Amino acid sequence: MVDYLLILVSTILVNNFVLVQFLGLCPFMGVSNKLETAIGMSAATTFVLTLASLSSYLVYEYLLVPLGIEYLKTISFIMVIAVVVGFTEMAIRKTSPLLYRVLGIFLPLITTNCAVLGVALLNIKRENSFMESILYGFGAAVGFSLVLVLFAALRERIAVADVPKNFQGSAIAMVTAGLMSLAFMGFTGLVSI
Amino acid sequence: MTVVLIAIAALVGLSLIFGAVLGFAAIRFKVEGNPVIDQIDALLPQTQCGQCSYPGCRPYAEAIAEGEEKINKCPPGGEATIQAIADLLGVEPEPLDAEHGEEKASKMVAVIREDECIGCTKCIQACPVDAILGAAKQMHTVIADECTGCDLCLDPCPVDCIDMVPVATTLQTWHWDLPQNNPSIIATDRGQAA
Repeated sequence: MVDYLLILVSTILVNNFVLVQFLGLCPFMGVSNKLETAIGMSAATTFVLTLASLSSYLVYEYLLVPLGIEYLKTISFIMVIAVVVGFTEMAIRKTSPLLYRVLGIFLPLITTNCAVLGVALLNIKRENSFMESILYGFGAAVGFSLVLVLFAALRERIAVADVPKNFQGSAIAMVTAGLMSLAFMGFTGLVSI
Repeated sequence: MTVVLIAIAALVGLSLIFGAVLGFAAIRFKVEGNPVIDQIDALLPQTQCGQCSYPGCRPYAEAIAEGEEKINKCPPGGEATIQAIADLLGVEPEPLDAEHGEEKASKMVAVIREDECIGCTKCIQACPVDAILGAAKQMHTVIADECTGCDLCLDPCPVDCIDMVPVATTLQTWHWDLPQNNPSIIATDRGQAA
């Protein structure tokens, strides 16, 4: 039980996928202009990451390992992720057209979110069990959502702030992301895992 | 050789299963109708005024979605609506087509000068949102909350007893002006902007 808690704390804060491991930066920069979109993207990514983490573990453990073709894990995981994203897209389109419109192009782009593939591969590397894999994926997604929502809120404030001309737009966003990353580095040593 | 065959067979099998899952989902989560029409319809002001020469906002939205109609025929929506539709469809915004009327600066509401009304019911038939109340040879009046200010009742009136008056701003309806695209927030910016 403590192990599971440690995994969550580790993935959300200490080894945050975006700010410490620098995975999934494209949506972090791309979808953080508006808080509303950021929340929608967070929800969709959380769902996809958890499900992709689970199903990639199943594919690896019950298909690739018994057949002795572990070296195909990257290509199979990409396939798994593409299917999960495609499925999520269809489900959201049916259940919530509004969210579908808000997310727009970023929904299919979850496929190329490197955090998703990163989690699947790290699960194998860390030899996580079934339950640990799910929690690892979920924790990574919650960490991603946390920083994405925080960052979007910051950028909304920055949009109306008096930023020097040369720093306007992406430049100040990069600086902000760097400062946030510094802040998250402060969690190092909270748990060692 | 066998190893390669096993690998190929495994991946083919995997993709077949995934294909089946997606195929099932495509049928299970099938979306009826064209969602673009709904999206355009949501952006239009829903005055149902017919100034675009269509019988209402939804038919106009359908025509835009078909690609056979320009997006600049909605005077009640004005530039803001044109801009929003242009963003949605990814086309260039165009200035409002003057042929279909001009955008009004403030929200208007129709008011019938009641002592002059002869009770002809012509304005009732013209009103697209049923905001005019009355009966034959009885005085008519406008339900201000329902009126969309579309002007359509002015022309049919034989005695010209309908006025368009701006809606007065009250404490309940007053709001801040939306910020401009590049607001000059601090004093030192103003010199550059001018």
